[in-house]
Formats: sequence, structure tokens, C-alpha cells
Amino acid sequence: MLTKRIIPCLDVKDNRVVKGVHFLNLRDAGDPVELGARYSDTGADELVFLDITATIHFRKTIVELVEKVAENVFIPFTVGGGIQTVEQIDELLRSGAEKVSVNTAAVENPNLLAEAAQRFGNQCVVLAIDARRSKERPGKWQVCVKAGSEPTDIDVVEWAVKSEELGAGEILLTSMDADGTKAGYDNELNKAVTDAVNIPVIASGGAGILEHLYDAIVDGGADAVLMASITHFGNYTIKQMKGYLRDRGIPVNL
Amino acid sequence: MIVVIDYNVGNVKSVCNAFRYIGCEAKLSCEPKTVEEASGIVLPGVAAFGYAVNALGSLAELIKEVALGGTPLLGICVGYQMLFETSSEYGRHNGLGLVSGSVVTIPPGRVVPHMGWNLVELPEDMDLFAGLGSEKHFYFAHSFYAEVADGQARVAFTDYGFYLPAAVQKANIYGTQFHPEKSGNTGLKVLQNFYDICKR
Repeated sequence: MLTKRIIPCLDVKDNRVVKGVHFLNLRDAGDPVELGARYSDTGADELVFLDITATIHFRKTIVELVEKVAENVFIPFTVGGGIQTVEQIDELLRSGAEKVSVNTAAVENPNLLAEAAQRFGNQCVVLAIDARRSKERPGKWQVCVKAGSEPTDIDVVEWAVKSEELGAGEILLTSMDADGTKAGYDNELNKAVTDAVNIPVIASGGAGILEHLYDAIVDGGADAVLMASITHFGNYTIKQMKGYLRDRGIPVNL
Repeated sequence: MIVVIDYNVGNVKSVCNAFRYIGCEAKLSCEPKTVEEASGIVLPGVAAFGYAVNALGSLAELIKEVALGGTPLLGICVGYQMLFETSSEYGRHNGLGLVSGSVVTIPPGRVVPHMGWNLVELPEDMDLFAGLGSEKHFYFAHSFYAEVADGQARVAFTDYGFYLPAAVQKANIYGTQFHPEKSGNTGLKVLQNFYDICKR
């Protein structure tokens, strides 16, 4: 049986891992290569590196980071941040990334998902969605772009469904409302999206205690849970997370 | 010398990194002479099947010839799928035809891609899994799978609501649907086993 995945997320800014609250007030959490290797050694199922400085310009530093990580990490990792073209995706995959996540560029040019899927296969095309609860439309969420700074009129669930048709192989779904709060994932959001698509969904934003991971999987229907604050700053080890989930009947690779 | 086929599709570096980590200097190459002289060949792949086959071009025939001559060959993910006869990913494409069977879409009723760590039952008689016990988790990421139709091939399976072939072995031809280079220490052991097979 396929196990549920535990995925530490490393937000990288100027070659350091950082973590904020609601995408702001960033705190230093260490060296990305060291932290990545440590997670790989201690049982993480996968890693996500997001270059949060790069949204405006694709940077060479992200490629160099991927190369260094790939020399030391033998679990899959996804890289994202500022990726706009199929050529950039190719470069990152060739540098050692297993998957590439796109966000703003896919909203601006949805065909990017189709082009990437036809060339690399949809299993390495991750659509990242930064979702915010809509004030105008209660019970709905709106897609935000440019590292969350620009809200759009696009509905999150509709965009998720469309992205699957285009060629996304996975959705990294971040609740901006919950991000960094440690108050729990937005499982209404997770459920709305996981019910609507047939590709894996990674729940992101809001993990604070072990029960939150369980809730995202059971109530939110998530295939994987992503976390940053609770693991970078030593609240829980990967083993503790997996042990907890296993004891509650969730299949994990432990 | 193990040669990792460099045919301009993703992921080739990860495979080389993993071999280097276990003390094997694998060479990334697409030179026909290097391929002919290899002690073992690895055909990696992160790509759509059709794109990968086209990118492989005339190397396909050479790899087939060298493998049929007895050089150990390990296909990974799409490289594994290319060992079979045909695929229906984004159109119909021919593979190397070294193992009988076809690559088809994962049946409906489950999340696709099959993405993440799944438990593989390891047959005792598959050299690739020597020393790994009866079952282990490996990392998968694929939307198509190979229906193996080859009586001479040994097959390891995983459970994804049906028995999904996870690895094959037919004489000196090996293939894994999962990514050994991304399956942590368990995966590194599989690559070590292939390295040992190539030294025989």
C-alpha cells in the first residue's frame, strides 16, 4: 500500500533556509544542503526547496543549490521558485531535481503545464497553489501569485481541476491563511481540492502539532503533508511524526 | 566501467551521484564506443516515453545489441519502461523490445500518478534485491506501468489496488519502475547489487 508522505519544506532566501508567518517575518533556519541531508538521513520521504527570492527572476543560484543537494540527498526533492519556461525545468531536472513546481508562470501561461508534461511526463510537474480564503465569495478560495503578494480572481478548486487536465501531476496546496500559524492545516480547503482532482495533493501551511498531520490526511484527504516551522525548529523529528501516524493507523514508511 | 546513458533527458545526474556515493565512478556518456565497452549500462529516465525514445535515437539499437550480447543493463523508470515493446503514453511508441509486454495507463479508481513510497515484495531469486529481505519501500513516480508478458522474466510486485510490476529481471536485463537512486539507503543497496553484478 502506498504510504502517506512526510515532506519538510525548505524555503530558501539568499542561500539560507528561512521560515516566516503568513509568508512574512522570516527567521533563519540553517544551511539548505546540510538541512536537506539531515532530513534525508532521518527518514523524510521527500523534500521541497522553494527559492522564495526568485519569483521575479530565475536565478543561477537555484541551479547550483539543486546540484549541491543532489550530491548529498538520495530521496526525491522538488524545487520551485521563479520557474517560467520548459528550458528552466529541463535544467533543474538535469541538475538532479526529481520534480519542479510552478506557480505564477502557470497562472500566466497555463500551457506551460501541458508542454512540461508532454516532454518530461506529468509525474515531475508540480503545480503550487497559494490559496487565500475569499472575502467576496464565502466558502471559496482565491489563487494568489508572485509569492502570495498578488491575489487573482481565479478560484482555487477550478484552477486545480484545470491544471490536472493540462498535465500537472501533483498539487502543492498552501493555505496562506494558515501558513506559519501552527494552528492546523486548512482542511476545508484540502478536502475541496482533493475531492475535485485525481492527482496527489500535498497539504501545506499550518502544521503545529502531530494531530494536525493526521487531520490533513484523514479530514483533508491529503496524500502528503508538508511542514516547515515544526520541524526546522526542533519541535518534532520525522520519526516522531511517522510513529504517531502509524499508531493511528496511517500507512507510513518507517 | 558502468556507463549511464546520457541522452538529454532529466535525472541522469542523480543516478551518477548515487553510484559515486557507493564508491562506483559511473560514466555519463552517449558515445557508441564507450557504450560498447561498458561493464554495465544504466538507462535512466525522467521524461515522457515518446520524448525519451526519440531522444535515444540510434543509441537504442546499440544498447539493445550490447544487452543481447550479455552486458548487464539496468533501466530505471522510463528507462525501465523502454525495455518493453510498446507504450501508449501520449500516442503509441515502440520501445527496445527486450522484454515482452506493453506500457499502459494505470487503471482508474486510484490517484494517478502513483507517487510516493510503496512496499515491494522482493522475490528471493532476483539478484538486484540480494540482502534486502522479503519486502522494502521504494520511491515511485509514474502514471503508466508495464504489463509484463514475458515468461522468461522474473517480476517483483507492489500493491496499488492491483499487482503493479515494480521490477523485472530477464537474464542480464534488469529494470525498476521505482527510482533506486531516490529510495534512500534501500535504493543505494539495489545500485550496489547492480554494481556487483557488473563486476562478475
